[in-house]
Amino acid sequence: MAAANTNSMISLRAVTKRFGNFTAVDAATFDIAAGEFFSLLGPSGCGKTTLLRMIGGFERQSTGEILIDGEPMGTRAPNQRPTNMVFQSYAIFPHLDVAENIAYGLANRPVDKATIARKVAAALEMMRLDGLGNRRTNQLSGGQRQRVALARAIVCEPKVLLLDEPLGALDKKLREEMQIELRQLQKSLGITFIFVTHDQEEALSLSDRIAVMARGKVLQIDTATALYEHPNCREVAGFIGNMNFLEGRIAGVEGGLAAIEIGDGQVVKVPANGQAAAGGNAILAIRPEKIDAHGSATAPQPGTNAIRARARASSYLGDRSLILADWRNGAAPVSVSLQNRKSLSGDGSSGIGIPGPDSELWLTWPVEAGVLLTS
Amino acid sequence: MQFLRRHLNPLSFFAVSYLLFLYVPVLLLPLFSFNDDIYVRLPLTGFTLQWYKNLMNNTSLLSALWSSVQVGIGVSLVSTLLGLMAARAMTRYRLPGRRGIYGLILLPLVIPYMVIGVSTLVILRRMLDVDLTLWTVGASHVLITVPLSMLVLMARMEGFDRSLEEASRDLGDSAWKSFRRVTLPLVMPGIVSSFLLCFITSFDEYLLAFFLAGSDATLPIFIFSSLRFPNKIPDVLALGSLILMVSIVLVVFAEWLRRRGVSGSDSSVI
Ligand SMILES: Nc1ncnc2c1ncn2[C@@H]1O[C@H](COP(=O)(O)OP(=O)(O)OP(=O)(O)O)[C@@H](O)[C@H]1O
Ligand SMILES: [Mg+2]
Repeated sequence: MAAANTNSMISLRAVTKRFGNFTAVDAATFDIAAGEFFSLLGPSGCGKTTLLRMIGGFERQSTGEILIDGEPMGTRAPNQRPTNMVFQSYAIFPHLDVAENIAYGLANRPVDKATIARKVAAALEMMRLDGLGNRRTNQLSGGQRQRVALARAIVCEPKVLLLDEPLGALDKKLREEMQIELRQLQKSLGITFIFVTHDQEEALSLSDRIAVMARGKVLQIDTATALYEHPNCREVAGFIGNMNFLEGRIAGVEGGLAAIEIGDGQVVKVPANGQAAAGGNAILAIRPEKIDAHGSATAPQPGTNAIRARARASSYLGDRSLILADWRNGAAPVSVSLQNRKSLSGDGSSGIGIPGPDSELWLTWPVEAGVLLTS
Repeated sequence: MQFLRRHLNPLSFFAVSYLLFLYVPVLLLPLFSFNDDIYVRLPLTGFTLQWYKNLMNNTSLLSALWSSVQVGIGVSLVSTLLGLMAARAMTRYRLPGRRGIYGLILLPLVIPYMVIGVSTLVILRRMLDVDLTLWTVGASHVLITVPLSMLVLMARMEGFDRSLEEASRDLGDSAWKSFRRVTLPLVMPGIVSSFLLCFITSFDEYLLAFFLAGSDATLPIFIFSSLRFPNKIPDVLALGSLILMVSIVLVVFAEWLRRRGVSGSDSSVI
């Protein structure tokens, strides 16, 4: 087993969790740096909560090891770990008032009453809960309950804060406010956050890095930009944002570019990702907003990819228009998203208007905008 | 007239008769206990505290009462403790054979007391040669009250989010401390309910006590045997009225405790 990286706060070494025959988390291996805002993102049931609960000590891993700040956690109980958790349901103690809730963890520390009172007051102020200290918790709004749960964990000054969909129960507006607050809080405290969410926008906007999970496996760990621009597999590409997939065969690799035959004799180029070999099957992934649509009369420019297509349907969405275009019999249509920069004249020409149904199109995109997926 | 017509439908008639049927006999009890006639009959003849005075001097009655109180308190303590452990195991752990265990604990609820009484008697006397005392009565009462206690406490424990217990562990509590600081306060209303339910069940249980009591009579046994002597009936009425009063006080107290305890969102259970 490799020694933990010196500046990594959390190290997971092949952490696996099985429930009977079912593998909920499969050999998760990655490091999280101190002070990082790290998100676990994935569809429902992919094992995010299970992984988080293993880090917090609520669930014992079947195999593998978890190190926090260089120390192996082994079978330590939650109260023996330098982590605190914000539960999805908030888990606010109903028999205690707001201040007692926040002070709960401090009672287990060797600190005197005056210090506790001071820390609770500071936490109330920081979380904008001033004056609510003596409230019963059933008299709080959703956002306030959420902040009590956060305050209660933060006063314990954990090395790592675990958050299980902490914003899931809030309405959209409150959610957006809390996202900003959460990010500021994390920056100012410098605590490592591990944040579970199935909302990709939330993960993309908040996180330093994101681990995308599916079926218990960690598929890719990267920054938001890297995940969006350079997904490493079809699943990640499809899960984050919208993506077109053009299936074909690698005809050749030259100068860092792979030429892909996508049927009907059409060949497009894409940056080769190192392991591309001629003859293999490949998928070219391209985002709808990176494609431009031109009327059929316009000749494609050299240095860009271009394929012939026929508009099937289009819709006007105000800021942009969506076009669905058929490009090859039997293949899924390509969707194209066009920014509506100029006022529309409705003549369907050169990518600023909406092409009418059945109009002939050239779909073009810069060679470097595509992503080659070899699996 | 309007009022009567609107309210004299068959359903309200049923409701009213039901309530009368339920409570009039109970309310007659205190009424006759102050009547200075040795027979329970109308019209009332005059007011007296004689029967209550008799009570104070009726040593065999007082000792039966004391026996029942002792057994009741012991039984409700033991059953509530056992019920608490069973309920926790049922609701908080993945027990192998959970359904089977659950069924076995609940079984005494549906076995006729007669069967329990006879078989316990046979085992205690014939096989183990144990003397029949209040202890044997208490033991049999524990058997029938543990399921009640477990049901009450399970409902209570299922009624609150189990991540509350996890949160307290997360905030530094040991397992025992978490139980004391979170679980216990939250199940307290259930514990009070369980205690009262077990006490009442044991307090007026007749059959098992009859089989297993030996020479110390419990109150129900004493009352049944007194009914054969008409002159003792007024004493029993007075005693009944006192017990009724104490029960009302107890129930009101328990309800007050429950409301005071957790007025949180999950107080609807039990
Ligand atoms: N105690 C358990 N026993 C058996 N299976 C479990 C248990 N806990 C979780 N699972 C299973 O493990 C899988 C992962 O669950 P988990 O709660 O980690 O998903 P999640 O990614 O958090 O999903 P969600 O977004 O819906 O919260 C699920 O298929 C779930 O059914
Ligand atoms: Mg989850």
